[in-house]
Amino acid sequence: MNFYAIKAIYKFEMARTWRTIAQSIVSPVVSTSLYFVVFGSAIGSRMSDIGGVSYGAFLVPGLIMMSLLTQSISNASFGIYFPRFTGTIYEVLSAPVSPAEIVLGYVGAAATKAIMVGSIILVTATLFVDMHIMHPLSMLLFLVMTAMTFSMFGFIIGIWADNFEKLNIIPLLIVMPLTFLGGSFYSINMLPEFWQKVSLFNPVVYLVSGFRWSFYEISDVKVSVSFLMTLFFLAVCVVVLHWIFKTGYRLKN
Amino acid sequence: MNSVISIENLSKTYQSGFEALKNVSLEIKKGEIIALLGPNGAGKTTLISIVCGIVNASAGKVTVNGHDIVRDYRQARASIGLVPQELHTETFESVLNTLAFSRGLFGKAPDPAHLEKVLRSLSLWDKKDNKIMTLSGGMKRRVMIGKALAHEPEILFLDEPTAGVDVELRKDMWQVVRELRESGVTIILTTHYIEEAEEMADRIGIINKGEIILVEEKQALMQKLGEKRLVLHLSQPVESIPESLEPFKLTLKDGGLNLVYTYDVQQDSSDITSLLDAIEKASIQFRDLETMQNSLESIFVNLVKK
Repeated sequence: MNFYAIKAIYKFEMARTWRTIAQSIVSPVVSTSLYFVVFGSAIGSRMSDIGGVSYGAFLVPGLIMMSLLTQSISNASFGIYFPRFTGTIYEVLSAPVSPAEIVLGYVGAAATKAIMVGSIILVTATLFVDMHIMHPLSMLLFLVMTAMTFSMFGFIIGIWADNFEKLNIIPLLIVMPLTFLGGSFYSINMLPEFWQKVSLFNPVVYLVSGFRWSFYEISDVKVSVSFLMTLFFLAVCVVVLHWIFKTGYRLKN
Repeated sequence: MNSVISIENLSKTYQSGFEALKNVSLEIKKGEIIALLGPNGAGKTTLISIVCGIVNASAGKVTVNGHDIVRDYRQARASIGLVPQELHTETFESVLNTLAFSRGLFGKAPDPAHLEKVLRSLSLWDKKDNKIMTLSGGMKRRVMIGKALAHEPEILFLDEPTAGVDVELRKDMWQVVRELRESGVTIILTTHYIEEAEEMADRIGIINKGEIILVEEKQALMQKLGEKRLVLHLSQPVESIPESLEPFKLTLKDGGLNLVYTYDVQQDSSDITSLLDAIEKASIQFRDLETMQNSLESIFVNLVKK
């Protein structure tokens, strides 16, 4: 294992975070805090509890998960797309580094940044709503697994994209709608039966549900199903990445 | 032959159908400087990119220090440093950090003393904390060389390293390359500057349309393929070449003041004796004579034209 290479890539990616701290950390925290102010405090105070949890507190896991998904994807996709765009990727490809080490470096850094943002939002949330975490270990497990999975997904997008428009198209046109419709702001049990069944095809439902269960023991699907589905998405990303490195897709001519 | 790199029947066809390399075989000796010369699109960069692991070969085999570049890619790549043709740099990083990143990628523990030595040898030490975006083109080129040397490679690929660099800096770089060779580094150089190959290389490889046309010791190549010209400076101008001298295919230059005889260095020297006899018999007197040999450039142009 080339640990020095993993560390070099990880450090390099994290250094970019500190250079662009306003964009990387402050901006997502501010925008998510606005959700708390608008939906949690202002509108939330006029809404009834869901599963015995105040609407403001109900929102917290969904909003953290939403930030986690968008941050993981954008950090990882940009992290690999930028060296491809500038040509500096030559150095990584010509170094004695295995695909697993490359992924660990880039995905590890992207996931770290996403978890940092998620954690700051969690702390910020306590300023706006009264909340508690019933299963902290489970919460941590979902947080890390989701960040890793969607950082891998972002890494795949960063390899697939051959221009900046493509880099943003999947997060904006697919991931964001799936996140909004995946129970971040409501329980899917509030939907008509038909739309509840349709929602089960949305992977974000499982992530939000499992994560919310860790906080309040309320969920849209069984927590074991959420866990297995998260593992399944992780496995799918691993398989796709294996194929990318095996074929050299968009990395090697 | 004590080869560090062995390339056997290497071919590359891109998805577009462009055949960049056709059955190329080449042995690179330990400690030498080999220059690969060829026009644009000849396949030089593709060849380097395959050896370094950036491009997948369509067929053939490459070993570096006996390690297959696909099967034993870690061992093979660990000994290689690459300076690519384009100026690919991490714009927002500092010079020192980017070298440290390169060293880490190659699995080497941090060694500030080595990085300092590299930066000093490239006259970049005083710029170590500068962001790369603030450097001039020539300095960026030196940073690229520094990155390639950060992990102490045994083999260094320089893909047109002095492209766009001014004459003074180019000579500085030649000096750096010579010093590297003296320290035992094997250097594979591609260049458009034939003067560069002539100045530095031990061996010359000429590549055109994806094929290696020849690989030869530089001196032997220049002797073997170089035409020579014998120029006779005449005492009196002549209007035309006498019939008796026609077999020698002479040309008259400078208003009939110079008579030029072009011959191959491998040719029997008795032709020159015969020519001089014939000139004497034709009552043409000359006050001086000189011989001139072809440069590598003219050899290269002649080969590529074929």
